[in-house]
Amino acid sequence: MQLWLIPILPLAGFVLNGVLGRRLSKSAVNAIAAGSVLLSFLWVLKTLSALSVFGGGNPLETPYVEHYYTWIQSGLLNISIDFAVDRLTAVMLLIVTGVGFLIHVYAVGYMAHEGGYYRFFAYLNLFMFFMLVLVLGANFLLLFVGWEGVGLCSYLLIGFYFHEKFATDAGNKAFIVNRIGDFGFSLAVFLIAKQFGSLDFATVFGQVKDLPVEATAGVITAISLLLLLGATGKSAQIPLYVWLPDAMAGPTPVSALIHAATMVTAGVYMIARSSQIFLHSAFALDIVALVGLTTAFFAATIGLAQNDIKKVFAYSTVSQLGYMFLGLGTGAFSAGIFHLMTHAFFKALLFLGAGSVIHALSGEQDLRKMGGLRNYTPITFWTLMCAGVAIAGVPPFSGFYSKDAILSAAYQHAPWMYWVGVFTAGMTAFYVFRALFLCFFGEYRGQHAEHGEHGRDEHGQSQPHESPPVMWIPLAILAVLSLAGGYINIPRWLEPMFKPVEEAPGTEWTVYVSVAAGLIGIALAYLFYIVAPGLPESIARTFSGPYRWIYNKYFVDEFYDSTVVNPVVDGSRTLLWRTVDARVIDGAVNGIGKDARGIGGFLKLAQSGSIRSYAAWVVLGSILVIAFIGLMGGAR
Amino acid sequence: MDALLFMIFAAIAVVCGISLVLQTHPISSALSLVGVMGALAALYLLLGGEFIAAAQLIVYAGAIMVLFVFVIMLLNAGTEHKSRKSPWAKYGGIPLLVAFLGVVAYLLGNTMPAAEAVRFGEFTHGTALDIGRALFTTYLLPFEVTSVLILIAILGAIVLARKEID
Amino acid sequence: MPPLPFPPTVPLSWYLILSAILFTLGVAGFLFRRNIITVFMSIELMLNAVNLSFITFSYKLKQVDGHIFSFFVMVVAAAEAAVGLAIILTVFKNRQTLEIDELSSLKN
Repeated sequence: MQLWLIPILPLAGFVLNGVLGRRLSKSAVNAIAAGSVLLSFLWVLKTLSALSVFGGGNPLETPYVEHYYTWIQSGLLNISIDFAVDRLTAVMLLIVTGVGFLIHVYAVGYMAHEGGYYRFFAYLNLFMFFMLVLVLGANFLLLFVGWEGVGLCSYLLIGFYFHEKFATDAGNKAFIVNRIGDFGFSLAVFLIAKQFGSLDFATVFGQVKDLPVEATAGVITAISLLLLLGATGKSAQIPLYVWLPDAMAGPTPVSALIHAATMVTAGVYMIARSSQIFLHSAFALDIVALVGLTTAFFAATIGLAQNDIKKVFAYSTVSQLGYMFLGLGTGAFSAGIFHLMTHAFFKALLFLGAGSVIHALSGEQDLRKMGGLRNYTPITFWTLMCAGVAIAGVPPFSGFYSKDAILSAAYQHAPWMYWVGVFTAGMTAFYVFRALFLCFFGEYRGQHAEHGEHGRDEHGQSQPHESPPVMWIPLAILAVLSLAGGYINIPRWLEPMFKPVEEAPGTEWTVYVSVAAGLIGIALAYLFYIVAPGLPESIARTFSGPYRWIYNKYFVDEFYDSTVVNPVVDGSRTLLWRTVDARVIDGAVNGIGKDARGIGGFLKLAQSGSIRSYAAWVVLGSILVIAFIGLMGGAR
Repeated sequence: MDALLFMIFAAIAVVCGISLVLQTHPISSALSLVGVMGALAALYLLLGGEFIAAAQLIVYAGAIMVLFVFVIMLLNAGTEHKSRKSPWAKYGGIPLLVAFLGVVAYLLGNTMPAAEAVRFGEFTHGTALDIGRALFTTYLLPFEVTSVLILIAILGAIVLARKEID
Repeated sequence: MPPLPFPPTVPLSWYLILSAILFTLGVAGFLFRRNIITVFMSIELMLNAVNLSFITFSYKLKQVDGHIFSFFVMVVAAAEAAVGLAIILTVFKNRQTLEIDELSSLKN
């Protein structure tokens, strides 16, 4: 079924745009970039229909595997390049290629006036390639290849405006923090190889099934925790989430695609894929849930006070990823994946919409300078409202179904988790609607006449203006998906893979409470930002201490700087650079030179220039030679 | 009779050699060298090398030494000046020489059984006939190569000493 | 004839020892004389001593090869003398001296 075409098409786009892009016209670059992703999406549809996914019956009971090439064959370790499709893969493929395609189309409009046009699309296509390899890979090593590759593309795209130092810094930060997670992942892979003798999913998971569930410590727990470390890096959980807010320095389509819909979900996907391993270590699952919940709560509190619209959504992403981890950790793997899908829809929509707003305002990102935009950009307004109600968990929209699935599983696991989750849901609704109200309602607080002052938009219009169709059509499609996506019954689809969490009877009220929390959040936001606009200020002043903490993101970055970054940099500078490199290594090399010169100076004495001393040396030498020959057996 | 002749000529050779080393004026050294060569020619005869003895006198003593004498006269080489006796010469050179002589003599003495004696007339293969035959059969290649060597030497000498000396 | 104070025939080794003595004298001249022409003549003395040694061994082995070798030595010595003296002439032209110790521009 030629599964390899799915990732290769974007790769071809990357090669074409990368090599020839400089000489192609903009429309050619667009066509190649978006076209390759569209082709990939269509091929996914074709493959899935060939696997009878869209019909009835019971498709993909066992994974469909295609073997391409034996990569490593060394002793007991046998790793080949295989692509596999099962139900989880099908979901991921559709999300990645579908949402990816919409974002590519959007980016055509958004990046129309930017420099480095072809480079952007080349990187975007490369990212698609790696993400698809990650999703299609049938063993841990291929997954890791994709994992690293998307990290690389993330770095390239975050630092896309490489003339700005804060962009390159953000790119560096993303890559380095990811590396820490990757270290954990690598260790996990080594342990898996050692324990199970293979990295192939089918083999490993088949072996794990027969093992008993570990209560506390053991190899499985170690593997799970290390996999979790890797996931926290890629999916921005505590403690490795710090790169995601800074990653907003990249262009908005990048934030939408990579840091909302696809790359950051790689960690969730990986844990869901390794569900068998995690199910055999109760402790690790608990940690997963705990990490997810803490991150969700923590990030939501920070999101309450941010003023940059993209930062608000960034912390929202971290928080929602925390929800997904919570779902995974409580055993509701399918709920986590379900939320992954709905989150892809509404978060991508939020970011693209934010990009539309920024584009309309010629580069302004500060919420305090926005307002009243619903008259100027109506399409953006309505689509973002759809996203807002979806993320707030208002029924019958998509966010409600997925979040509710997670929260009820949380309640089954431990009620206190449920309550924290509900509170977080309230905060989520609050800050999202805060952003929306500040942006679209009230009076426009920005400057009118200075168009193009930020140098990014040359539409020549003095007022905020709506985006071109190439940008709002994807918004509309995503809005429809955000509203209706809940009806795609992912948990039932994934049921053969992930056993659903049994809902105890008498807990239907959990649903109502979570919905209520969302509605209260919306109402509070309405109160704060539309009815009584002065209220937030006074509250901030009253609780100035806590406000300062959350406004400054709990000073986590500063904490990391002082405990980790600065010691490493200083240690590297003094110890490794000055001492080891300059003194030891250079000293050794220079010392060899000095010794050679010394020996030469000593031997130079024999070259006295006086013929007679040469003659004396000759005689001495000949005596030695003759004596030697004589001793060796005579002059026979 | 052989022994007597040997003794006489050996003595001449050694005395001339010592005089070569000890004389101050180069021309005296050259003449001493001629004496050594003459004595050696006689010794070659005793050993049955007729051709070589003749060649020695004609080529060595007659041509090469004449060349030396010409050059000495041309350059007007004078007596050597008294040199500062460097300690190297006395305490390094002489022991070196003694050691050298000792080693060589010891080795040579061991290679020859003492009973072997030299009698004039016992070696009959040193005639021009024998040398010619060997030269043009077994040693043909070195023979031809030496002719090239001589050619090169001639050219070199001409090139080096070309300009007039004032 | 009155009895002589030495044996009637000469042992072969005496020739060789004579050769060694002459060679050593040549080395002595080579090391201790300061006039370059005299040094050159000492080299010739060394070559002669070697020639004697060759003839002696040829006698012992009853073959003519030693003579041939000695012949070649002579030829080479002649060529060498020619070129060497030409060099000495050139050196004299440039340095106006024949003292070995002053021909030390290779020093240091």
